[in-house]
Amino acid sequence: MTAAVAISNPVLDELREKIASLEGAGSRKRSVLPFGVPELDAQLPGGGLAYGALHEVAGGGNGAVDGAAAALFIGGIAARTTGKVVWCLTRFDLFFPALAQVGLHPDRVIFVECDKEETVLASFEEALRYGGLGAVVAELVRLPMTASRRLQLAAEKSGTLGLVIRRWRRQTEASDFGMPTGAATRWRISVLPSEPLPVPGLGRARWLTELMRVRAGEGGEFIIGACDGQGRICLSSNAADRPDQAGRSFALS
Amino acid sequence: MPAAKAQALVQGLTMINADPVADLATLERLTLWALSQYSPVVAMDPPDGIIMDTEGADHLQGGEELMLSGLVNRFRGRGLAARAAIADTWGAAHALARSTDRETVIIGRGETATAVNRLPLSSLRLPAETVQSLRTLGFATVGDLAATPRAPLTLRFGPEIGRRLDQMFGRVAEPIDPIRPADLVEVQKSFAEPIGAPETIEKYVSRLVRQLCLELEKRGLGVRRADLIVHRVDNTLQSHRAGTAKPVRDIAWLTKLFRDRIERIEPGFGIEKLSLAAIIAEPLIETQSASSLIEEQVTDVTPLIDVLGNRGGQRIFRVAPVASDVPERSVQRIAPTADEDGATWPLHWPRPSRLLARPEAIEVIALLPDHPPVSFTWRGKRRRVKRADGPERIFGEWWKRSSEWIAVRDYFVVEDDTGERFWIFRSGDGVDAETGSHKWFLHGVFA
Repeated sequence: MTAAVAISNPVLDELREKIASLEGAGSRKRSVLPFGVPELDAQLPGGGLAYGALHEVAGGGNGAVDGAAAALFIGGIAARTTGKVVWCLTRFDLFFPALAQVGLHPDRVIFVECDKEETVLASFEEALRYGGLGAVVAELVRLPMTASRRLQLAAEKSGTLGLVIRRWRRQTEASDFGMPTGAATRWRISVLPSEPLPVPGLGRARWLTELMRVRAGEGGEFIIGACDGQGRICLSSNAADRPDQAGRSFALS
Repeated sequence: MPAAKAQALVQGLTMINADPVADLATLERLTLWALSQYSPVVAMDPPDGIIMDTEGADHLQGGEELMLSGLVNRFRGRGLAARAAIADTWGAAHALARSTDRETVIIGRGETATAVNRLPLSSLRLPAETVQSLRTLGFATVGDLAATPRAPLTLRFGPEIGRRLDQMFGRVAEPIDPIRPADLVEVQKSFAEPIGAPETIEKYVSRLVRQLCLELEKRGLGVRRADLIVHRVDNTLQSHRAGTAKPVRDIAWLTKLFRDRIERIEPGFGIEKLSLAAIIAEPLIETQSASSLIEEQVTDVTPLIDVLGNRGGQRIFRVAPVASDVPERSVQRIAPTADEDGATWPLHWPRPSRLLARPEAIEVIALLPDHPPVSFTWRGKRRRVKRADGPERIFGEWWKRSSEWIAVRDYFVVEDDTGERFWIFRSGDGVDAETGSHKWFLHGVFA
């Protein structure tokens, strides 16, 4: 309801433009990469993931350590961009066939395997500044405010989509995820039991996607079906099958 | 040993005349090759050695150890037995390479004195008769000689012994006069007053890059490897090497490669000369870029790869499929600039997004031969399996290893009650013990 009023109000539009120009983003046309899921896109300013911004994704539960769902979620986003993708990490345990299954072609991805975390940050920033890339991904443990602000500015300058996978060595260290960073959005992806099939076997994987923080927007929780062959997610159709108790308490913790 | 004596010792000995001139020419060829491959400052160390200053250039080969073992392996590939050593000084490296029985030796910074103590006198680059007389006097190792007062030695043998010892221990500078091929594209700038400020260095480096690009343009070449050599007033050289993934003649690109290294230049008392050389240059033909009206322009990422690759501390690669069913063999790393052939994996079967470096053993309750587990314990946590899919049978590759002759792995995708999905396999087909140990392993984590 409030959204409908805002769209039709010219005074508010004007104010928004003014604020946008004050923020320094007014000179350049800021485009977004929509998810194609109206409910999700409505929560994001501009109707999608902003290019030229930093987005943080972590896994929930065990995913905080292995970052499997977060990597696939990011792989799906990167698959829907055009141009090369640079992926910076310290230890290479990705199994690329899985990323190829969400539509990310191996020819598009250049991996930078670094010896330490600082080198990941430096390479990530260099790639963000380069411009013309589809997306730049980094797998990081720590993301201090100063570093994230610097990365955010680098992304703003070149208009590249910056994606950070946060993964920790132990699940208890994941409380670090509450600390503020300069990223535009912050997501947490937790696995849920897969979509039931009428026969024995595994259906499409489902994730509890928490939009924990979004600049100039409101967060939300969504149950989505995992990325398909083109990297698209969908709102899980089976609304009756809400996450079980385990999933719910785990989302709140 | 005289030839007659050798012939008497070994029957049917084949004699070949020594050809010092041809040996020297071959050594020069090898030196020029080493110049293009390893380091900007390379010189011949006749009759049988090559000396290089590898500081600031080893990162292109992945560090000192990798560089040295790679060097020895490449010589061996050509049928030459080589020994290599890295040390602080020319003298020490020379001695170590000739007196050790290991193929590669690396002596850390400041450890030269202890490393050379036990080396024989012959490794000291002294005339043969001096070494002989010293042996007669009872000296056996470099350490013995270094611990002896200088004055009597100098009185008897002249200043040569002291000079060689000082060179070995790094007390006297011994600059390497680098070899230069005849057709090298090189530009240099000498300064009337030594320079030292980073801004000044940067200004002159970018000027040199511009000059070099002009020179290259005249010849239709592009740089693959460029060296910046810094001559300091105290007669020492510092070199910085930058490599590119394909021929380059772009001023901004090359300047950026060197600008990243300027902070590592130590001007000391000042720099009196800068020289920039294109050690490897390849033909570069200008091509017309596609118009944005016809097709979408794809950004070339080679400059980014060069910038990251010249930093050190990281490996840059792409992955490509290999025609193998065994998961850990189905992915290979290729060069980031390799041709894009559009090949990908067959996408029929679910694959985990993270693969463990090596499969981890799990405790399982399962009905043999072909049922998925009912529960399993991984890393001390027991999980009940809610849903499962499988088996996907993968056969061993007998053409790789004979032990895989009838090996089988049965892969299952299992989901526990919180929804976490794992890729587990049983070694063996569940019936025949020949096909595997029937132990269970966890191999990957699904999203």
